[in-house]
Amino acid sequence: MSTVAVSELTMAEALNEGLREEMERDPSVWVIGEDIGAHGGLFKVTEGLLADFGPARVIDSPISEAGITGAGVGAALIGCRPVVELQIFDFVTLTMDQLVNHAAKWRYMSGGQVSVPLVVRGPISNGIGMAAQHSQTLEAWFVHTPGLMVIMPSNAYDAKGLLKSAIRDDNPVVFLEKRLLYSRKAEVPRDEYLIPIGVADVKRRGDDITVVAAGASVQLALQAARQLAREGIELEVVDPRTLKPLDMDTIAESVARTGRLIVVNEGPRAGGFASEVVARTLDHVPLQDLKAAPRRVTARDTPIPYSAGLERAVLPSLDDLLAAAAVVMS
Amino acid sequence: MTVVEPVDAVNALEETYLKLARIRAFELKAMDLFSEKFIRGSVHPYIGMEAVAVGVCGALRDDDYITSTHRGHGHCIAKGLELRPMMAEITGRATGYCKGRGGSMHITAMGKGMLGADAIVAGSVAIATGAAYGLRLQGKDAVVVAFFGDGGSNQGIFHEAANLASVLSAPVVFVCENNQWAISMPIQRAIAVEDIAVRAAGYGFPGEIVDGNDVLAVRDVAQRAVDRARRGDGPTLIEAKTYRITPHSAATPTDNRAPEELDLWRERDPIARFARHLVDSGAATEDRLEELGRQAAAEVEDAAAYALDSPYPDPADVEDDVYAPADWLREGRLA
Repeated sequence: MSTVAVSELTMAEALNEGLREEMERDPSVWVIGEDIGAHGGLFKVTEGLLADFGPARVIDSPISEAGITGAGVGAALIGCRPVVELQIFDFVTLTMDQLVNHAAKWRYMSGGQVSVPLVVRGPISNGIGMAAQHSQTLEAWFVHTPGLMVIMPSNAYDAKGLLKSAIRDDNPVVFLEKRLLYSRKAEVPRDEYLIPIGVADVKRRGDDITVVAAGASVQLALQAARQLAREGIELEVVDPRTLKPLDMDTIAESVARTGRLIVVNEGPRAGGFASEVVARTLDHVPLQDLKAAPRRVTARDTPIPYSAGLERAVLPSLDDLLAAAAVVMS
Repeated sequence: MTVVEPVDAVNALEETYLKLARIRAFELKAMDLFSEKFIRGSVHPYIGMEAVAVGVCGALRDDDYITSTHRGHGHCIAKGLELRPMMAEITGRATGYCKGRGGSMHITAMGKGMLGADAIVAGSVAIATGAAYGLRLQGKDAVVVAFFGDGGSNQGIFHEAANLASVLSAPVVFVCENNQWAISMPIQRAIAVEDIAVRAAGYGFPGEIVDGNDVLAVRDVAQRAVDRARRGDGPTLIEAKTYRITPHSAATPTDNRAPEELDLWRERDPIARFARHLVDSGAATEDRLEELGRQAAAEVEDAAAYALDSPYPDPADVEDDVYAPADWLREGRLA
């Protein structure tokens, strides 16, 4: 392992490398989005690409989320592999029709004649006071949409490998990047690698409670795990990495072993991804193997408020997770 | 009527007439099949608007693409799709273009340059724009036509796509079929300008108005727009003023339009009009046109017989084609 050459990269830098490598590898890959050219993207994920690949493949778009997503769908139909950046992922609401009615359905409606190799990516920007229209965690909508895939990386290494796999996949992918993770560093191999889609990664081994967490929630889960380890409670942190498809084998195996499940998710509670994981786990794990009822640690069912104390009160916290752990252990 | 150019051989004119007649016969048959409950959902007949699709597609090459609407059978036939798999699709059969997954509003035929019909009003205009841009990136000189309606020109996505196409110089032609009515809403109350074509000026490309019931005039204006797109000079908006003679759809037969207005537009029937032109100019005899009409009707009857004789798709396959083949597409990953 020590022989692998690595770089310390932020998640934004790792995503940038992933885009660059795929654009070098495949001329059908191009990127479009607002301020992604000379500006390099609001969070620098496309930095330097304009200089290296030119304006035909690195397209600074007008502020037209629906237009650029629809254009991505059309280009994908004729064999391109466009990557559409939504500057803040909440703006996906402006293009739900293109994503849900078009990208997700075109292959099926055509009886399999076409595929839509499109990636729509952008940041979940909560936790920093951006308020209700720039802070939403919306993955449940897309998990709920047949035809889409949903990927949510939790670190730089996963982000790069998953983005490369997403670009090469022939299906439309919603790729969600937590903004607070962009600046977080991890070791990333210098040599090319891919992370397979639909394969969870166990971020920490433990035998007492399975915590399923993706994206930023992984850090919360690991933080709780360190704290609870001092009390002799071992959390197993399962990061599904791809929410759709979901690696139920890994989740179910873990829960069958620990007998306890907590799902952490920053989306609203009602109809959320955490509920989906709980329900699907119950499809796979016999009730008698469970030592406690599964718990969800989620955001509250409110819009994300602006003021710091209010936002903290809405998003899932370490205390929420510790409290849930106490309940399932009692 | 516009002057017929010398290059238009009699054969080409006859082919144009045959296409018009084929669409009319297809739509009449589709309405019958709907009444007889062989077609589910609905059928949105293109009757009265045939000259737009035939004129526009007459300016296209086989390797050019179109996108279409809920009222899309005419575009498909004009682009050269085969009647048998079309009829099989709208009757929900396994032999349909989309294996019965799409139906009347969603016919796709990639082999014929038909990117797909879209039942969201104006939903495919950005798709056409992106496909056009992608073709240019691929070094091809094919163009894409987006068909949509007067109602579509009020949708936000039309305006986004028009602007995007213009700044990207995408080789796309926006063809607005102004049939003057939504289901019950007349255009005068839906659009505050007289001509939809003027909206092109807001995006910096030409807007052309054409009599949508004059197939040769449509063909000429489309040819200019297609040539311009192919040259790399960017999009054009064509407003083809026309009228749907039949109600909005077979499933919604109530029609609140004035009978006198309907009569007026029946007199302007694009097929009868083109027939008169062909006879008057000596390009075809009435007998020959009747023969072509019979041929179109026979083709449609053959397609209907083929469709009704075809098997329904197997429900066991209903989850196929939700996703394109992928390594991860294994049992248990999705549900």
